[in-house]
This record gives sequence, structure tokens and C-alpha cells, in this order.
Amino acid sequence: MFLTILILGLVLGGTYALLALGLTLQYGIARIMNLAYGEVTLAAAFVLVALFKAIGLPPLLGTLLIVPAGYGAGWLLYTVMMRPLVARSGASGRLEVDSILATFGLLFLIQGLLLVAFGANFTSISYLDRGVNILGVSVALNRLIAFGVCVVAGGALTLALARTRWGMVMRAVALSPGSAPLVGIDVMRVARQGFALGTALAACAGASIAMVQTFSATDGVVYTMKALIIVIMGGVGNVPGALIAGFALGLVETFVVTTIDPGLTLAATFAIFLCVLLWRPQGLFGRG
Amino acid sequence: MIRIALPLAGLVLLALAPLALSDYGLGLLIGMAGYVTLASSWALFSGHTRYISLATVAFYGTGAYTVAVLNEALPYPLVLLAAGGIGAALALLVGLSTLRLAGVYFVIFTFGLAELVRQLITWYEVTITGTLGRYIFLDITPAQIYWQLLALAALTLALTAWMHRRPLGLALRVIGDDEVVAAHAGINLARVKLVAFTLSATIITLAGAIASPRWVYVEPAIVFNPTVSFLTVIMALLGGANRLWGPLLGAVPLFLLFEYLSVHFPDTYPIFLGALFIAVVFVLPEGVLAGLEKLRLRRRPTTREAKA
Repeated sequence: MFLTILILGLVLGGTYALLALGLTLQYGIARIMNLAYGEVTLAAAFVLVALFKAIGLPPLLGTLLIVPAGYGAGWLLYTVMMRPLVARSGASGRLEVDSILATFGLLFLIQGLLLVAFGANFTSISYLDRGVNILGVSVALNRLIAFGVCVVAGGALTLALARTRWGMVMRAVALSPGSAPLVGIDVMRVARQGFALGTALAACAGASIAMVQTFSATDGVVYTMKALIIVIMGGVGNVPGALIAGFALGLVETFVVTTIDPGLTLAATFAIFLCVLLWRPQGLFGRG
Repeated sequence: MIRIALPLAGLVLLALAPLALSDYGLGLLIGMAGYVTLASSWALFSGHTRYISLATVAFYGTGAYTVAVLNEALPYPLVLLAAGGIGAALALLVGLSTLRLAGVYFVIFTFGLAELVRQLITWYEVTITGTLGRYIFLDITPAQIYWQLLALAALTLALTAWMHRRPLGLALRVIGDDEVVAAHAGINLARVKLVAFTLSATIITLAGAIASPRWVYVEPAIVFNPTVSFLTVIMALLGGANRLWGPLLGAVPLFLLFEYLSVHFPDTYPIFLGALFIAVVFVLPEGVLAGLEKLRLRRRPTTREAKA
């Protein structure tokens, strides 16, 4: 029983961690709190399913296509929509409120487009839906693959952020956007990269969700909320924190589903989230 | 004098309107009165303090649900009283969070709150009472609902006007500008924020309770529809959330527009909504009233000097 919860929880947590990583990059580096994040994730999931159903494109190959497409979409979104807001707000705190409101509008826009394009029904695909035995626990193969995708993408990004020069530039902008230009960093460019990268991660998470779960066009809010919960638990902009909190949320959800009541999963995560928010708004792993 | 006489005359005219209108027209008026109330009471707290609350529907739905649960057990005035009381109690709890959370954290908190309330009620209804939907059978005509909402809207506007002239309104404005300065100026942050938030949320709860008989059938997915929170914010922002008549000016045209869009483009109207919202944020970040003022000042630069 304990082992089942542990393994299934970790597998679920992988997707959540990836989901949160993208949001924390967007907020940490680009300073955009993106309330339409879940809709972007869902859009990627729908595209993957559509490709699979229309031309039989294998989901793994589809993921490889969707992630760069997500990067491009994020880049475009930042250039067209966010950049004017950033330029308008200057150094004042107005960007925070403006970006929340603008992405709140974007949420409805994307949701509307998804509803028109794919309808309001629940969608899922059956892909490698057979069980694999891990330490006596049967896990569906597609979940393992999704988990693998998340571990590879998330791990590579974490390493790159921590070890490379590019990662250092990113972290510099996240830490101090005011003084980054002093050492020759083009903050606007880095912010755009951060936002685009976050969108690419959202697309990747969406692809892994499409392989495993049933979803509908109106579910975006749920994914946004989960990503937000994880980001805040881990501390805003804190990459290792987001990863740990993502796995923790997966474990908690699996625990509630198997031992208490599946109907209370979301309520349980919200309860935890509200406690963290009120008790330690800087995050469980944040300083302050 | 004209500042009081004109709105009063308008109110009397609006109160007489149901006598001349068809059922459809009355329905439109009810919707308008409802959203004017929501947007104005939202602005009562959020307009000046700039705490963007997305929890409107949490209170609105709570009001409607209270009526759905109690409408057969208690006489109607008591039901309204109970809804107001529950709304105020919930608002005090939520309002306490504004003492710890600001900016983006408060937005996320309120965004999640509406979902949490909906999930909990759905879970409670499904597993404990075993019924997801409830019926509201009350002997109330649409005109009566309209008069109640109109009264509530007028009350909200009067309250806002009154607050603008009181230390409380000034304190809220200072908090919106800079909370640290407000604290140093001797403003009791906790009290001011709690009072304003509780007032605003109680009115929203009452609006939900009053409007609920229109639905007849009530379930969590209907009354906790996040679009309500969304519309409220966009209406208040369009008109200008920190002005007395701003939310009203935003609510009336937008409600009519949404009504038209949802009838004629039922499938695509969320797209229009989203695009419109983005346009408001980009083009009129301070609202129509502020935009008009700016335009007037640009055309006649002397008026500014005359005013000053």
C-alpha cells in the first residue's frame, strides 16, 4: 500500500514538477504571472492528440515537435502581448497587475479557441496502456514514458540553469533585473527567452498529460492552479523548490485518492496551498 | 444639489421601468442591476486598494446556495439575512488573508478560493446529502427581484459615495498608493482593509442571494461559474474602478454586449470576451472615465489650470 502510493505519486509528481517549472521560469525571469498557463498546456495536449488521431504520429515524436513549437509560441506571445506591458510599466510594480489581467483575458481567449476547435468533450488516447511491474506495483507504461519525458526535460533544464553560462545569465535576471544591464545583459531578450522556455515546458507537460490523462477544454484552470500551488510551495522562482514541491503534490494527491476520497483531491491540495500561502508566503524552501 | 437630485430621478425612473417593459426587457434590467451591484461593490474594496480579487463568484455563489438550501425552511427575509450573515463571516475569514498577502499572492489566493468553495460544496452534496442539484421555489416575481437588486445597487453606490468623503475612503486610497506610508501615517491597516473587504463581499453575497430565484434549479457548477468573477473585474476596470460611477459605466454596456454575443455567437463568445479584456488592459488601463478626462485635458489645457 505504502509502496503503491509512493511510486504512483512520484510518477504523477513528475508531470506536476515539469508543469510548475515552466510557470516559475515565466514568473521568476520574465516577471509575468501567467494565468493562462494551464490553457497553453491544454492546447499542447490537444494538438498532440489531434496529430495522433489524424496522421497516427507517435506521441513521443509528437512531443519532440510540440516543445519547439511551444517555444516559438511563447516567444511570439511575449513579443506581441507582454513586451508593450513591460515597456509601459517601467520599473514600477504595475507590470504585476497588468500581466495578471492581460493573461486572465488570454485564458478565456485560448479556452474559447480550444472549445471551437476541439469541442467540449473529454478527450484521451490509449497509448501503450499496459502495466509494467515495478517493485511489485503495476504502473501503466504510458505513465512511465510521461515520467521519463518529465525527468529528462526537467533534469536537463535544472542542470543547464545551474551549470552553464546561459543559466547564469538567466539567474542574474531573475535575481536582480535592475542591475543585470550593468554587466551587459539584455534583460528584455533574456526575459523573452525565459517566457518562451516556460511555454515550451508547459507544452512538454501538456504532451505528457495527453499521453496519460483524460482532459477537456475547460480543465485549464485546474492545471494553472496546480502549477501555482507548486510554485508557491517551492518558493517563487526557486527551481529546486518547484521540483521538490511538484513531487510532494503528486504524493499528496495519490495519498488522498487512495485512502480518503477521490472527490477531495483538489480540495486537499487547495487546503495545503492556502496554509502554505498564509503561513510561509515565501515558500517552504524560500528564505525570509 | 444636482449631484443628488439627478441620480435620485434616475433611480425613480428605473424603478418604474418594469411597468412599461416586456419580460425580456425586464430580464435585461435584472442582469444589468445585478452586474452594476457586483462591479460597484467589487470596486468598493479593490478599486482603491488595488487588491485584485477574483473571489467574487465565491461570495456570489455562496449567497445563491444559501437561498437554495434554506428557501423552504425559513421565510424569505430571514433567508436573505442568513445569506448576508454567512457572506460576512466568510468575508471576515478571507479578509484576514489581506493582512498577510498582497499583489500576486492575493490574486492567486482569491482565484483558488472560488474553486475550493465549489469543490467542497460539490463534494458535500454528492457524498453527504446525496443530491447535487437543488430547487428554489419562491413566490417572487421578476419585478420584485429587480427592485431588490436596484435597491442594493443604489445602496452600494450611496455607500461608495459616502465612503469617498470619509476617513475610511481616504485610508483605502493611501493603502492603494503605498501600504508602508499608510501604516506610518497612523492608519489601522488591519481594520480598514477588513471593514472594506467585508462590506464589499457581503453586498456581493446578497446580490447572489437576491438573484438566485431566477435560476430555479441550482447546482455548484452553475452558481460558481468563474465567468462571473471575470466579468465583474473587466466591467469595473473598463469604467474605472476608483471612481464612483466608473463600475456602472463599465457594467451597463458590457452586460448588453455579452448578452448579445452569448445569444448570437454562443460558441465563440469566450474568444470575444478574452480579446475584449486584453484590449481594455492595453488601451484603457485606468478606465473610460480617466481616458475621457485625459482627452479633454489635452484638448483644452486651460481647464487644468483653472481647476488647479
